[in-house]
Formats: sequence, structure tokens, C-alpha cells
Amino acid sequence: MLREVLQSEPEIGVANGRAKVTPVIQVENLHRIYDLGEVQVHALRSVTMTVYSGEFVAIMGASGSGKTTLMNVLGCLDRATRGRYVLDGQDVSKLSKNELARIRNSKIGFVFQGFNLLPRTSALENVELPLIYSGVSHSERTKRAREALRSVGLEGRGEHHPAQLSGGQQQRVAIARALVTNPSLVVADEPTGNLDSRTSVEIMEILQRLNAERNITILLVTHEPDIARYAKRVVTFRDGKIRRDGMVEDRLDASRVLFDLPAIDEEEAEAG
Amino acid sequence: MDYNAIFRVALKALARNKLRTVLTMLGIIIGVGAMICTVAIGEGASNQVQQQIASLGDDLVWIVAGSVNMHGVHMGAQATKTLTVEDAQAMMQIPFIKAVSPGVGTSGQAVYQGQNWASPVMGIGPSYFDIRKWPVAQGIPFSQQDVDTAANVCILGRTVIQNLFVEGQNPIGKTIRINNMPFRVLGVLQRKGLTPWGQDQDNIIMAPYTTVQKKLAGISWINNIMCSAISTKAIPAAEQQIEALLRQRHRLRPDEDDDFMIRSPIDIANAQAQSGRILTLLLASIASVSLLVGGIGIMNIMLVSVTERTREIGVRMAVGATEDDVQMQFLSEAVVLSLLGGAAGVVIGVFGSMVVSRMLHWPTLVPPEAIAIAVAFSAGVGVFFGYYPARKAARLDPIEALRYE
Ligand SMILES: Nc1ncnc2c1ncn2[C@@H]1O[C@H](COP(=O)(O)OP(=O)(O)OP(=O)(O)O)[C@@H](O)[C@H]1O
Ligand SMILES: [Mg+2]
Repeated sequence: MLREVLQSEPEIGVANGRAKVTPVIQVENLHRIYDLGEVQVHALRSVTMTVYSGEFVAIMGASGSGKTTLMNVLGCLDRATRGRYVLDGQDVSKLSKNELARIRNSKIGFVFQGFNLLPRTSALENVELPLIYSGVSHSERTKRAREALRSVGLEGRGEHHPAQLSGGQQQRVAIARALVTNPSLVVADEPTGNLDSRTSVEIMEILQRLNAERNITILLVTHEPDIARYAKRVVTFRDGKIRRDGMVEDRLDASRVLFDLPAIDEEEAEAG
Repeated sequence: MDYNAIFRVALKALARNKLRTVLTMLGIIIGVGAMICTVAIGEGASNQVQQQIASLGDDLVWIVAGSVNMHGVHMGAQATKTLTVEDAQAMMQIPFIKAVSPGVGTSGQAVYQGQNWASPVMGIGPSYFDIRKWPVAQGIPFSQQDVDTAANVCILGRTVIQNLFVEGQNPIGKTIRINNMPFRVLGVLQRKGLTPWGQDQDNIIMAPYTTVQKKLAGISWINNIMCSAISTKAIPAAEQQIEALLRQRHRLRPDEDDDFMIRSPIDIANAQAQSGRILTLLLASIASVSLLVGGIGIMNIMLVSVTERTREIGVRMAVGATEDDVQMQFLSEAVVLSLLGGAAGVVIGVFGSMVVSRMLHWPTLVPPEAIAIAVAFSAGVGVFFGYYPARKAARLDPIEALRYE
């Protein structure tokens, strides 16, 4: 399934089919050590990797291998203990909490396993949320949030509250929220972990489409090899280190998989 | 971040838990309500004192026979017989005094054509009407000559007129009987109305002090002296000179107390203020305790809210809320909470002061500044007690907040 590759820029460039490739993520010797007083947990050990604009990277590895820790650092929710992290040409390893918040707001979109939508708040308002913190006017916020909802196929569901939506729909709202700021990077930690297989494919279809059409760089953590096959590149972790890094050879096209899946009653699918 | 959005988020969060919100606001509501009542009563009292001073005349000084403290016992106003007409005449020599009228009080039974009416009778000098700024509205006042001859003439208050005479009957020139003695009615006093204590000032018969002394009361002394100082500013100096003069005339040794009391509208004002002070103090302490308790209540509920919404805070931080954004959100929630409480408190305070003035017959007045101050104060309580919970929310670690169950 994976072809081991040497990570060299020209090859990635060719893989992306683009003349000019710019790195979105450059990390060098990244360490993350959790200091629990008596013990120190070495969650990331000297991670070095580069992700280029337009890549779709699946991060795999056993439980506890450091995937979430890496995502938190790359998503600027957390800071590495040691090492350098350059995001979109800007060194963010030494930024303050406030500066990191600004970076998250303008450059990063998050999708979580548990959706993390605000309860008792409409889908539209959930999607608007990041824009509130970037000082976008009310009318502009609504407009962009509606657009984002449309791009995940949820037009007309803007007034629904999370409790009135299926898991798959909730995750689509979360994706719309991640997209609404036009981020350079979308970080998704097991976004299909709580979803059934068909709904998972639907989510992957959206991510593939956004990646292809809008050239959004996506980092996706998953436990399922089947899900990783929708990405373009797979990085495997063990004990906080990269063990394998390669391109996906037999990449799946989610829209075709969906097409081939036995048609389930629409309502049943959404109830998942 | 957009303040409009902050405000709406705060309102929404509060609307979600209406009962809790109202209960939390209760302390602020009571505090601000009590604060408004305090101010309303205080303002009403001082307003009333102002009016009273105005109605008494701002140059009035009066001397009452008797002592505040005679051998440690409070004595009534007529406890001494030492104040005399000569004292009053001697006071005319004080340069700060413009006019003087001796006063004698008794009560009388007035009769006219079978109509019977009991009324206080005041013996006074002709200058009394000027000193009290209480003119004779109909007819004429009596003269110095009437005083000198102890003439049986009188001036009647409106209430006496109403009770002795038939509607439309002209009382001037009629002869009424007071304690079975004939008195000719010279004039009718201008209506004065009730005192703030509810006493009818128009139920009065006025006659020359000599007449009252000799024919009605049967005494040689007088009860009081009314004077006009030359100006309001001259009152303290006039009071000093009156005291010195009367002590000398009454041959009081330095270790003896005065056997008279000197009063002016300022004293009344002080006495009035004193009576309102106890309630004001009570209300003020209720206000401050309630505001404190209300503030702590807000703090408590905000801490609960921060804990309940930890995940929400995590989400907001993940999508780019800075510490300041989060702090602002919770702070504004606390302020909106306390402001709503403050507004409700203002309404209750205004209503409460209306009840006070209705039930206790106290004048109350709510100045607009008081409302502004109350609102500012409740906002202040919100900021003060909301700060710590908001700080706590802002300091949360986004990763831990997102993981919070
Ligand atoms: N806040 C923390 N404090 C201490 N140790 C932590 C903390 N978060 C993670 N760790 C430790 O760091 C290591 C990596 O954890 P991480 O959550 O990154 O794993 P993961 O690959 O995401 O696992 P999973 O697949 O189960 O989600 C683990 O050993 C974990 O116990
Ligand atoms: Mg994980």
C-alpha cells in the first residue's frame, strides 16, 4: 500500500503535480516532553518533517505514539519543548500564547473526533465562530458561514442546533467551521473515529474535494488503514518518532467509493 | 472582537438559565433598590427641610422658654416662667435683630352663633405676621395700640373660620366669644396648610399677647419670642448676642444652664436630618451588604459557569480566541448580569420609595444622578466580582479545556 520514499522536495513537487511547491509545515528535531514531576513522558522525539502546500497527509501509529501531541503542536495549540517549527514561512516555535491564538485563527482549521460544536448554538453560528475573533463584520460573517456550509453540503441546515443533526452532519459543520477562515492548514484528529463507515467516506469525500479544489493542506490522524488510503501521503509514528513516511500508491477516490457503496436509505445513513 | 457579538453571547448565555440568572441578580436587585431608597429618603428629607426653611423664613430666630437640659431632665417648652415681655423689648437693642414679637400660647373655646370650636390661641405682637411671613389675607392685623390696651381683637385661621362661620359669611367685624369673652374679628390669616408632621397650622386664633396673658392665660410671663435677624448670615451672631443678653437679664451664673432655647430653621433642618438618618443608615447597610452578597453570588455563579463551559472555552480558544477575548466574554457576562440586576433594582428602589412616602408620609425624591450612580455601581460590582472567574476562564489551557468532560 505504501511506497517508501526519500523525502525530497522535487519528488513531492512532482507528486503534487505542481510547478511551484511551498512548504506549509517545516519541523526540525521537534521534542515534546510532558513533565509530570516524577516522570517525564517523551511524547515526541526529534521529529523532522516537511509538508508542502496542497498535501493530504495521514498520520498513523499505535495508541500513545504521539499523534495527537504532534497535531497539537502543529495546530499551534501547544508548543514543542525543543525544536523548530516553521508554519507558512513563519517560525512559530517561540510565539506567545496570544500570538499562537492569532495564528490558529488565521491559518489553521481544526476538526476533532468529538466534533466540539457549541451546544444549543445554531450550525451557522458555530461556523461563524472563528470569524468573530478575526473582526469580520456580522453580515460578512453570515455570508461566509453560509458559503462554508454550502461547500460541505449543509445549505439549509444553518439554523439547526448540533443536537438536531446526525454525527456526520455535525462533523461537516465542524469542517465548515475549520474552512471558514480560509486556513492554509486543516488539522483533523481522528475525524471519522465516531462515525460509521459510510459517513466516514462522506467526510473523506469532502476533505478530498477541499484538498483538490482549494489546495488546502490537510493533516489527518487515523487508526484505520482504509481511511488513510484517501490521503496522498502516510506518516507512521511509533514511540514519538516517525517510522515510515511514504506516498499512497493505491489511493482511493471517496466520491467513487460512495458511488459504488450499496445505496442505503438516506435517512438511515444520516442517523449514523 | 466585536462588542456587539460579545454582548449578544453574554445575553444568550444568561437567557439559557433564566431562574439561575434571576436568583443571582437578587442580591444586586436588593442592594441597588435599597441604595435608591436611601438616596430618595435622604433627598426627600433635605428637600423638605429646604421648603420648611423657605416657609419659616430664612431670617427667623426664636426663643422658647425652658431648657433642653435642666438637671439632666428634659423639660417641656413651658417649664420656666422667666421669659418676659421686657426680655423681648430688650432684644430690640441687638443690632442684628430687625423685629421682635413676644408669644404666649394657650387654648380656647370659640363660639359664634351656636357654633363651637376648640383651637389653640396665640398671643403675639403686631410684627409677628412679618416675622413669620404669614400675612393677614382678609381684613387687617391688630396694631400696637391694641397690644397696649389689651384689646379684645383677634385674627382667625382658615380652619377656625370654616368651623365657626357659614360658607360665604364675612367674618370681619363679627364678634365671637373666646372662653366666654367677646372678641372682635379683625382679619383672616392666609392659608398655611399642614406641617410636615400633619398638624393643621390654620387651626389658630391670634390675639395681642397682652390680651392673652391677662385675659385668657392669666400669666405674667411669655412662652416664646419670635425675631427676624437682619439677614440669614447674621443669625449665628444674633443668636450669640441673644444668649448673652438673656443670660445677663436672667442673672444666670456661668455654671448654670440657659433657661431658654434659641432656635432657627437651621436647627430644624439638623433635627430633621437626624430623624431620617437612622433609616438611611439602616438602608445603607442593607444596600452595602446586599451588594457585597450579590457580588459574591455573581462570582460564584460565574465560576460555576466557567467550569460548565470549559469545553466551549476550549473550542473558542482553538478557533482563535485570545486570553483577552475569553476574559472579555466572561467579564461582560458578569457585567450584563449585574447591570440587569441594577436596572431591576432601580425599578424596585423607585417603587419602594413611593411606598415609603405613601406609608410613612415621608417625602421622597429620586434624583436622576442617583439612578446613574446605581447603574455605574452595579456595573462596577460586575467587573470586580466577575474579574476572577473571567481570569480563570482566560487562563485555561486550550488542550485540557477541549478534553474536559
Ligand atoms: N497532557 C499530557 N500529560 C502527560 N502525558 C501526556 C499528555 N498527553 C499525552 N501524554 C502522553 O504522551 C504520549 C503520546 O500521547 P498522544 O495523545 O499524543 O498519543 P496518540 O498517538 O494520540 O494516541 P491515541 O491514538 O490513543 O490518540 C502518551 O504516552 C501519553 O500518555
Ligand atoms: Mg490521539
